[in-house]
Amino acid sequence: MLRIKGLAKRYPTGDVALKGVDLDVPGAEVMALIGPSGAGKSTLIRCINRLVEPTAGSVTLNGTEITALGRRDLRRARRRMGMIFQEYALVERLTVMENVLSGRLGYVGFWQSFARRFPQADVDEAFRLLARVGLDHMADKRADELSGGQRQRVGICRALIQNPDLLLVDEPTASLDPKTSRQIMRLIKELCEERKLTAIINIHDVMLAQIFAERIVGLRFGEVVYDGPPADLTAEVLTKIYGEEDWSATIRKVGEAAEETAEPPANVVALESRKPHRDRMAGLS
Amino acid sequence: MTVAAPTSRHWSKPPLIRRAWLRWALGLGAVVYLALALGTTEINWTRVWEGVPRGARFFAAFFPPNFTSRAGDIADGILESLWMTVVATAIGIAISIPVGIGAAKNIAPGAVYYFCRGILAVSRSFQEIILAIFFVKLFGFGPFAGVVTLSFATIGFYGKLLAEDIEDMDPSQAEAVRATGAGWLQWINYGVQPQVMPRVIGLGLYRFDINFRESAVVGIVGAGGIGATLDTAFNRYEFDSAAAILLVIIAIVMLVEYSSGYIRRWVR
Repeated sequence: MLRIKGLAKRYPTGDVALKGVDLDVPGAEVMALIGPSGAGKSTLIRCINRLVEPTAGSVTLNGTEITALGRRDLRRARRRMGMIFQEYALVERLTVMENVLSGRLGYVGFWQSFARRFPQADVDEAFRLLARVGLDHMADKRADELSGGQRQRVGICRALIQNPDLLLVDEPTASLDPKTSRQIMRLIKELCEERKLTAIINIHDVMLAQIFAERIVGLRFGEVVYDGPPADLTAEVLTKIYGEEDWSATIRKVGEAAEETAEPPANVVALESRKPHRDRMAGLS
Repeated sequence: MTVAAPTSRHWSKPPLIRRAWLRWALGLGAVVYLALALGTTEINWTRVWEGVPRGARFFAAFFPPNFTSRAGDIADGILESLWMTVVATAIGIAISIPVGIGAAKNIAPGAVYYFCRGILAVSRSFQEIILAIFFVKLFGFGPFAGVVTLSFATIGFYGKLLAEDIEDMDPSQAEAVRATGAGWLQWINYGVQPQVMPRVIGLGLYRFDINFRESAVVGIVGAGGIGATLDTAFNRYEFDSAAAILLVIIAIVMLVEYSSGYIRRWVR
């Protein structure tokens, strides 16, 4: 499905962020990308939808070589790649609804979007998605009135309304508290399962990666140094990715993490039947 | 328990200019220049002294302001000035927006950037009076020259400040809109415009205010508006009518000031 070959990026400043990354993501799976700051995680994700232009190598999504596309075709290809950002990156002065509908910009003409006259099907889908994340009553609120967790859920809706094949997720929990972080990660994982989506998630928090990802790729100095299941993330592997450190506290949690995924997540229920739990969702901010 | 005496280390704020000789040279140079400049300024205190009673007579002639005898001229002048202000502000902003977008380094490609910055530099390098004299020569006396002057001056002011606001925007919001596959215009409309909108409106009101005041000035060199009326009043030594005109200008400027403050709070 997604194939990355020899991807390299050298910034004009001379910094080499990626040195020949090869990665194959065959089908729907949630893949976590971990590694120290400056390892090139953010660059790798942005090279996939070419928000950052790679210097060398190729990215192929469902048979389309993204790295070979012209501007027009690139825009077309970006529609199928939803992106969720660190610090949410919502347009602060637009309403929640406008932010969600902005995910449809690649599908509608300029004047239509300028007049905010989106096709009814898009509006229906937007309300459906907002209801799914428990925010449909917030549609006309301005994005800057929302709390962090709420904003990130709007960000998720904006990515999903694109009807993507691939979700690129850049540090989704970086500015959220531990509880909200887990809820957001769980929501992303559930939505990926519902829609048979592939997600590549950049994440600093190794434990969250272990809990919610099916596959973990470790990046160091722009190279893949680990690629495997979360269970194999041993102290030696973490040392290889991050460098020497006492990893016992992180490792010990692996077993507990497995339990956590096994237990029926209360929030799935909360998210499914939205009305009675709306206050709870609002309170989760 | 005895605590080891902490060795005290001297600390002071690092100086703005690191090199001591340069720091002293700049400081001394500034002081010497200022002293020389003050020393060579010729102030003729007797003439200043003679000027005081003349100023007092001049002010006395303003009172009481006479609104009635030239009421028709004043009304015509004010209406013309307002018309000039509205038209010039609208035309100026309409041209400034594309120029300002082109002059924002973070969104415009190199060639466009330098071209638009060039337009702004030309517009900003001439004061309104100079422009007005030029346009009056070009188009003849009357408010048209005034409108062209004010529109032209608006471009430099508005375009530059808009460009700076765009350069200060949050790039991640714009990036997120770009990532959806939005076209360029959609990207501007969704990713950039909401971020600069309060500034766009605030600056527009501020420029309206400036243009009204300038419309009174450019009239003096023949570009129409209340300035022409004011000039006529002075030339005829009708200082009481001139005072009335000045009061009307002050009132309108205050009104615009107050309402623009209100509107700016509202659009935040």
